[in-house]
Order: sequence, then C-alpha cells, then structure tokens
Amino acid sequence: MLHQIAALWAKYSYVFLQGLGGTMWYSLISVAFAVFFGTILAVMRLSRFKPFEWLVDGYLWIIRGTPILLQLYFFWLGVPKLLNLQIPEDVCIITALIVNASAYVCEVIRAGIQAVDYGQTEAAKSLGLSDFNAMTRIILPQAIKNILPALGNEFIVMVKQTSLASVFFLPELMTAQKTVQSATFLPLPAMIIAGLIYLFVTTVLTFGLQFFERMLHKSERSVA
Amino acid sequence: MNGASPNPQRVLIRVENLSKNFGKLQVLRDITESIHEGEVVSIIGPSGSGKSTFLRCLNLLERPSSGRVIFEDVDLSGRHVNVDKHRQKIGMVFQLFNVFPHLTVKQNITLAPTLEKKLPKDEADRRAEELLTRVGLSDKRDEYPGRLSGGQKQRLAIVRALAMEPDVILFDEPTSALDPEMVGEVLDVIKDLAETGMTIVIVTHEMGFAREVSDRVLFMDEGRIAEQGSPDDIFKNAQNPRTIEFLSKVL
Repeated sequence: MLHQIAALWAKYSYVFLQGLGGTMWYSLISVAFAVFFGTILAVMRLSRFKPFEWLVDGYLWIIRGTPILLQLYFFWLGVPKLLNLQIPEDVCIITALIVNASAYVCEVIRAGIQAVDYGQTEAAKSLGLSDFNAMTRIILPQAIKNILPALGNEFIVMVKQTSLASVFFLPELMTAQKTVQSATFLPLPAMIIAGLIYLFVTTVLTFGLQFFERMLHKSERSVA
Repeated sequence: MNGASPNPQRVLIRVENLSKNFGKLQVLRDITESIHEGEVVSIIGPSGSGKSTFLRCLNLLERPSSGRVIFEDVDLSGRHVNVDKHRQKIGMVFQLFNVFPHLTVKQNITLAPTLEKKLPKDEADRRAEELLTRVGLSDKRDEYPGRLSGGQKQRLAIVRALAMEPDVILFDEPTSALDPEMVGEVLDVIKDLAETGMTIVIVTHEMGFAREVSDRVLFMDEGRIAEQGSPDDIFKNAQNPRTIEFLSKVL
C-alpha cells in the first residue's frame, strides 16, 4: 500500500498540486468576496431600517436552511436557465460558494459588532459622529479583533467545502483525486493522498490561526 | 468657552411635556423644564427615579415617547432634524467613561473635531495638547486608555467632549464608577469647568458637590421633578416629604 501511494505520488503529484491550487484559489476568492458582502449584510441587518432587517433575515434563513449542494446546483443549472444566459461553470460555482459563505460571514461579523460595548456607540453619537463614521471609526476597528479569528475558521471550512465543486468537475483537489483514480484504478491510494493534503493544509492553517490569535491577545493586553 | 459671557436669561434647552416609556414601564412623566445658559444644574434622586433617562433625553440618546426637547430653538425630537449635527454642541460624559480603547489619548480627543467639524489636524492637535495640559494628562498623550486609571479615563472623557466646543455638557453620574480616591480629581475638573461659565447638567450622588457647585438642584422621584430650588432650598429647607426622606438617607 505504502509502495502504491509513493508510486502514485511520484507520477501524479503535479495533478494533486494543481488540484490543491484550484482548491486554494476557490477558497480565497470565496472568502474574500464573502467578507465584502458579509460586512454589508451585517451592517444592513443591524441598521434600524426594518426592510433591510427582513431582507437579510430572509437571506440567512434560506442559505442556512438548505444544503449547500442544492445551492450549487441551483446556481449551476437554475440561474443560467432563469436568466437565459450562458454562464461559465466556474463562475456559477464560485458565485454559489460566495453567496453561501456570505451568510455565515455575515453572522460572524454581526456577532463581532454586537460584542463591542454599546457605550462606545453612545459615546460616538454623543460627540455628534454620523452613523457611518461611528461604525467605520469606532465600532468596526474594535470589532475586528473579535471577527478575524472567526473568519480564519470560516476559511478553513471553505477549504474543505470547495471539494463540493468536484461534483461539477471543476479543477480542484477532489476532482484531481477522481482523475487520478480513473486513470490508475487505484482509488484508495488516491483518496489517501488527497486526504493527507487536506489534513496538511487545514493543520497548517489552524496553527497559523492559533499563533495569530495569541498575537491579537498580546496586543490587547498591552493596549486595551 | 468661546469668550462671550453666558446670558442667564437665554434658555439653552427647553423640555416640554416629556414622557418616556420602556414598554409598559413609564420612566418619565410629563416633564417640563428649562436649562439656561451658564447654569449648573444637579439632578439628584433615588435610583429608578428617571434621572439618567431624563439626561439622556436631552441629547436624544433616548428618544422621547412624547413631548419635545428644544435645544437652541430647534426641536430635536422633530422629524427631519439632523440630530448628529446638534449633538456636536451637547457634550456628554458617561458613568463608565466610554473612552475609545483603540485610539491613543490624543486621538480620542481629535477624532470628532477633525471628522465632523473638519478642523485641520495640526489645529486639532494643538487644542488637544491644551486640553490635556488643563487636566494634567499631557504626558499621557500617546498612551492607549488601557494604561490609564479610572480617574484619568474620566478626565480624558471630559476633554474629549470639550474638544467639540459644546454649549452644554451633560454628566451622567461621572464619579459613580470611580475608586473613592479618584472622585476628587474628577470633581475638581468639573468644578473648574463650572467656573468658566460652561452650562452643565449633572446627575450625581455626590451631595456635597451638588450643594457646593450647583446653581439649581432638581430632585427627581418616580419620573417627575418632585422639587427644585437653590442648593440651600433643597438641602436645608426641603418641603416635599420624598425629598426629606431621600436626603435623610444619603446625607
């Protein structure tokens, strides 16, 4: 078995590594856009404007209450049909990943904002700061310490979640693993290699995150 | 503050038929009252009497359930009023300081003037230095508030409010969260401020301070101003049995 794995790796490592490249790319782009949209959604959700609140609640309700695989299918098959447009497959899937991740990131950011003492908002308002300035200058800079570690976790989740793109044969690690399987008829070694790569990446990210969190807390002790 | 001596005839804040409910709980009942320019008004009373809520209605941190709050002839509770703009003229100091922990001492002071009054940065810095010197914090200018004591934080909060050159400052129990040995330094700053002619409304449990510094004392009970008058009227010659009972407990 070990021998098979080594042989497979020697011959097909470039396929796996390219797949990993795809996985990281999809994860990064999804989380990046999700942070952008999630922040907007969180601020809308916390605004005193009721229609925004209802809109975001509805969105969260749908995204968190349905399986992500269904959402991927919807964007892959349903949306192009509804819009009557030819949309590249990777665009469909990345869009679905972003739409899904935005919901979770929205909640992470909302929790981070709500964890900032309300007295800070009151102090900002009492100085005559506009809502926008109070949010961007006072609340968000303090919320970021609560938000960043949770976002790191979201990224780790995303690295694993992008494997669902293999259902649609997009170039990422699970697809690479399938490709090697069908080329060699060696399913188990291919799976083990893919699993080890995932483990390696998530472990490195987890340690990186823990290190980063310790740094944050250190600065907190000397600052806040 | 701006050089002109205060005109005690001029009404700065007028409250008309102000009521406030939190759900079914009625906290303020039909209060009508005026604050004049240059006046130092202390609000005393048992906890739950609505003192802080009344104060927080003056700058619309609490929206009145009914009635009006008129500041410098503008009805703040009206629709289409940019409350943020008017709040720049109404400073507020909180019980729990609420200084901004992610900004340095100096940045705490310069943030609002540079952002909202478009004051040039060097001018804002210069004024921050002046204010810090005035309250004995100039050596802390580049520290973060986490390094300050409670008394220092509260002095910072006071000059942060002063940096906007407000026409009135509201103090919401400014010494209640302080260790006893730090109460004096904060009260001294407020006393100095009162002597400059600043209009001050202060909710306080410091009866000695209220007696010494105020022009007028309001005693609140069950959402109403039950009695008011000069410090002597209230502390030596109270008429209302509730006032007498309260003072007998705290003095």
